[in-house]
Amino acid sequence: MDDLVSLNRRELLKTTTGLLTGLVVVGSPLALISRGRAWAVDLTALTSSEGAELMAMARTIAPHDKLDDAAYAMVIQAIDSDASKDESTRKILKEGLVALGPGFATRTESDRVVILNKIEPSAFFQAMRLKTVQVLYATPMAYAFFGYEGEAFSKGGYLLRGFNDLRWLPEVPLQDSGPLPVSS
Amino acid sequence: MAHIDLHDSNAVVIIGSGAGGGTLAHELTRRGIKVVLLEAGKRQSTETFSQLPGEAFLQLTWLDARTQSGNWGVARDFPSLPVWHCKTVGGTTVHWTASAPRLQPWELRAKTTYGNVAGASLIDWPISYEELEKYYQIAERRLGVTRRNGVPGLPASNNFKVMYAGAKKLGYKQVHTGYMAINSRAFDGRGACIQQGFCVQGCKMGAKWSTLYTEIPRAEATGKLDLRIGSTATKIEHGADGRVNAVVYRDGQGNEQRQKARLVCVAGNAIETARLLLLSSSSKFPQGLGNSNGQVGRNYCHQITGFVWGIFEKPVFSWRGATLAGVVEDEVVNEPRRGFAGGYRIELLTLDLPTFPLVGLSYGWGRDFASIIESYRNMAGMFINGEDLPRAGNRITLNPSVKDAYGLPVPNVHVDEHSNDQAVRKHAQGQMTKMYDAIGAKRIVLGPTPPATHNLCTARMSANPRDGVTNAWGQTHDIKNLFISDGSVLSTPGAANPTLTIVALALRQAEYISQQMKARGI
Repeated sequence: MDDLVSLNRRELLKTTTGLLTGLVVVGSPLALISRGRAWAVDLTALTSSEGAELMAMARTIAPHDKLDDAAYAMVIQAIDSDASKDESTRKILKEGLVALGPGFATRTESDRVVILNKIEPSAFFQAMRLKTVQVLYATPMAYAFFGYEGEAFSKGGYLLRGFNDLRWLPEVPLQDSGPLPVSS
Repeated sequence: MAHIDLHDSNAVVIIGSGAGGGTLAHELTRRGIKVVLLEAGKRQSTETFSQLPGEAFLQLTWLDARTQSGNWGVARDFPSLPVWHCKTVGGTTVHWTASAPRLQPWELRAKTTYGNVAGASLIDWPISYEELEKYYQIAERRLGVTRRNGVPGLPASNNFKVMYAGAKKLGYKQVHTGYMAINSRAFDGRGACIQQGFCVQGCKMGAKWSTLYTEIPRAEATGKLDLRIGSTATKIEHGADGRVNAVVYRDGQGNEQRQKARLVCVAGNAIETARLLLLSSSSKFPQGLGNSNGQVGRNYCHQITGFVWGIFEKPVFSWRGATLAGVVEDEVVNEPRRGFAGGYRIELLTLDLPTFPLVGLSYGWGRDFASIIESYRNMAGMFINGEDLPRAGNRITLNPSVKDAYGLPVPNVHVDEHSNDQAVRKHAQGQMTKMYDAIGAKRIVLGPTPPATHNLCTARMSANPRDGVTNAWGQTHDIKNLFISDGSVLSTPGAANPTLTIVALALRQAEYISQQMKARGI
């Protein structure tokens, strides 16, 4: 268990219905921010295989090849959490999984795209698209992957950490910009 | 802080604590007038502002249900969120990006300048620029606006360097880091901007002006302010004489309260202001308050907006630095040869990573969508802020089929874009595309129109009572002791981000109200 990176893992495992797990890939965004070698995400409404199907769907909606599965697993955890609280979401997911067809996760990307194009107008696809876009890019793995540095107040802002470090274009004359508010 | 009795009929009641309501509360209390300030939201502080974008959005945003209709892109792209403003002490000044330009003199004469435009309900302002200018000057000193009164400009960020280089290639002359209500040096007990790039989440430095930590604590210090948070106004009542005399509201526990009032000032942002007037209908005023001519909620304007993103070979790190500190002002002219009336600003803008794909990009998914986001590091961003034309049919109405937590109908926002609006957007997107092209962008992506942040004109000032809701002081034509004190009163939107104008008008209104109260006019 020491190796497991806990991604919002819940304490109680009694209600767990499924589990998504994976290894931290060397050199991946997750490897930059974690010490463990494996990760795990608990599910409370979906089974492990349903979770895996939805994870493949999230990867097709927002394909970033070098971004860890763990980031996509957090999307599934979020929608699983909605489903455990809300019967209508659970129903939408269960029906949507049927619409994806058997073995969705094992199909090629182009096959998956064809299937998703067909179901794009459905509440299921729209809910999955929105949840993917909302959750994926807010994960620490995505921050690391895209190079986004996030909040800066605790580090003194970007004033002395590169807010004006672009050198491939000319500097702006002082009359059109302004002085740094620091004494040199 | 004062405690004002619910039965005290001498109190001025202000509804909303943002740029208009918060400024007015300070201006009245410092003149010795006691004020009850009703704020629907909670009170945050520089300590409590969340720095997780999603969490900050939930912490600050007005999320109560709204519906919408019409042909504008927002109805398609953001069906549950037509507008994006705040529900918190300080109102939308907590999340604003602090651009504080003035309207141009000719923008206050829109009808005269643009002539009769079919399908638009243009009017001239009942105030001249010369009259407003004095209050702009006070407002700029109060907010510490950069590039005014000897205050230095903000330094150029990476994102601005890209904008500047592109603008100069196109020959634009008026390009700089903007008239910003963000401290470029310590001022007024608040520190200088440290370029966090988190303007929209609430400035933890307090370098950005917000009524939350300027006007409101000063009003509290007078001992004349009774600020009631978590208090949602549901109805303004009047007496047999037709003058308003009380505000009914739900307190923090959801209980109904009734505050007596000598006069009432509504500053709930253009959607809720119009809604409250409509909700306050009575047998004497069956169409709602201030609405004998049916103008309340009409002529809703939101300014033409939209993102343009440029993707380059090399990194930009656009998120580092003050979000909107950069502007091109050359297009703020009325030049019919461009094919439309009115002008627009090109403004610097970027979005944090979690918000970018949600708000900054048009609906999409798959490889192409993802490839844009993969270029986030090398991406620069700009935004249009242009004038839209008022239309009688673009309006806020009550939607009887959707109810809020108190069983009251939610507002519906209806916008059918005028062809002029579309022409402004197209021209602006064309110019911005040329700017990025001129300096070697690999790809240029046009983003959607996001939920409206500049909500205006739904209770507009008009010289002729037939054309609007209030006179030149925001006093309703119908009811002498009912005032409107937010962006709802702008007669037309112009192309300037509206907060400075809202503050200037609130300063002017406060003078008028205190004079009238002294003279027993109200």
